[in-house]
Amino acid sequence: MAAETQDKSADAGFGQVSRTKDVAFRLLALAATLIGIVALAALLLNVAVDAVGWLDWGFLTSPPHPNPYEAGFLPALVGSIAIMLLIALVTFPLGVGAAIYLEEYASDGYLTRFIQLNIANLAGVPSVVYGLLGLGLFIGLFNIGYGSVLAAAFTVSLLILPIVIISAQEAIRSVPDSQRQASYGMGATKWQTIRNVVLPRAMPGIMTGTILALGRAIGETAPLIMIAAPTTVFGIPNGPLSKVSAMPMQIYNWASYPQTEFQYGVVAAGVVTLLVVLLTINSIAIIIRNRYQQRT
Amino acid sequence: MSNEQMTSSETESTDDQPAPTPGTDGLADSTEARQTTGQTLLEAQDLDVYYGDEQALQSVDIEIPEKQVTAVIGPSGCGKSTFLRCVNRMNDLVDAAHIDGELLFDGKDVYADDVDPVALRRKIGMVFQSPNPFPKSIYDNVAYGLNVQGIEGDYDAIVEKALRRAALWDEVKDQLDSSGLDLSGGQQQRLCIARAIAPDPDVLLMDEPASALDPVATSKIEDLIEELAEEYTVVIVTHNMQQAARISDKTAVFLTGGELAEFDDTDKIFENPESQRVEDYITGKFG
Repeated sequence: MAAETQDKSADAGFGQVSRTKDVAFRLLALAATLIGIVALAALLLNVAVDAVGWLDWGFLTSPPHPNPYEAGFLPALVGSIAIMLLIALVTFPLGVGAAIYLEEYASDGYLTRFIQLNIANLAGVPSVVYGLLGLGLFIGLFNIGYGSVLAAAFTVSLLILPIVIISAQEAIRSVPDSQRQASYGMGATKWQTIRNVVLPRAMPGIMTGTILALGRAIGETAPLIMIAAPTTVFGIPNGPLSKVSAMPMQIYNWASYPQTEFQYGVVAAGVVTLLVVLLTINSIAIIIRNRYQQRT
Repeated sequence: MSNEQMTSSETESTDDQPAPTPGTDGLADSTEARQTTGQTLLEAQDLDVYYGDEQALQSVDIEIPEKQVTAVIGPSGCGKSTFLRCVNRMNDLVDAAHIDGELLFDGKDVYADDVDPVALRRKIGMVFQSPNPFPKSIYDNVAYGLNVQGIEGDYDAIVEKALRRAALWDEVKDQLDSSGLDLSGGQQQRLCIARAIAPDPDVLLMDEPASALDPVATSKIEDLIEELAEEYTVVIVTHNMQQAARISDKTAVFLTGGELAEFDDTDKIFENPESQRVEDYITGKFG
């Protein structure tokens, strides 16, 4: 700010240039930043305060209960984590494979551009539509069971797959062409070049994209409702075909209970748990990514 | 595989003798090699190259001798890099590129249907304009070609030999595990040269290898190129005429439009060129 507040007597004969718009825009940008951060902080603080006294070891290790003081989150917590792991297993190879094909193998023709355009469109399709697709495809056609872990994981995988593909493509595209040339010049095949040069360099970017997509997946409720996942289950899932609930479903369910203990305390405890799990997954992935970056 | 046919003539295939055993084929071998100097290794016959509708090379005829430095000079956009990239079929990677005519490597047309470009590139190493080491350790950079080509042997010895030939060993021998990107620009380029020669190719193509380097690094690379010509056929593209005059045995001058204006001994080109246009270019009247 020193330059703007320079006093007039320091004018050395060059004249002064007005900084009014500079200062105004700076304040505007600061306000825009603060509104977002303050709103988020207020929300988190509010939820965290509500959760005090409700979020304890008993809440995390018990099944749901009609009495708010005995209600627990365990089945939904385990369900969400199981769904998440399956989603990661499904979307990572499919997404990276599709991205490699589109970036490295496919020739730049009409078909490729058509596919590309549609992947971008699919990324914008509302999640409830994916729920319908999952219902028709996995439950109607393949009959893997209403509200099962597999059905939930596959449906949400479809939802985030376009996001994973697009971010992996961007990561692959950002690998400098000189690196590929160096590899081809050494007599490497396409696959050797992809495996030894392109993928190691693109991996941190691919992982970041996948992490962000998983973050979206953990909060999804609409597709789970569509495939008839129960809002409340009392036991943790014991196999890929057993019925599963997820954290957002359980929270949604509690919020509709008449007792205020549920509406505030228990819901808040659930929300905080959901956020902590989300942040934990993100941090683990970021640590893995940083390790990868150091190695290459 | 096609590369067997390609090298069935008198020169030994690198597939048969994959690992250059250090110490055994040092000076003795290269003096023997010098005797065969003058034999044509690369030959273009009426070579045309198009990028889409644009013609980059026009009926180029050239015979590049074995185990000498051949410099390719000419103004920007005259097709010198295009010519280089034809030799190891790097132009295949450009969708719009189209080639007519013949380009013979060791008597075999590299654009014949039965030639596998990947196998071809294993015999023809390439060094690029700006240093492009991989974000791997110095050791892994040099061993890259050995790994992808499935060459067996004592990697430690081959890596050391390649780094010594590239005049980099003394500077990096204590930090082989550190990243190739930590080196200076000139060291990176010598690392790329070590990487290119580690699998012991027959030809070394260099596309303006010193243009991104400072004068000290450039002179190191130039010294190196002259030494490399004892064992390898070197084709170097350069826009620096003094450099071409200093290091090359033969010089090819390409002029605008992608035609080869003149190709002869370097002394002849720089002292008494046949063509007036080449003389004008060499003396700096245009280009």
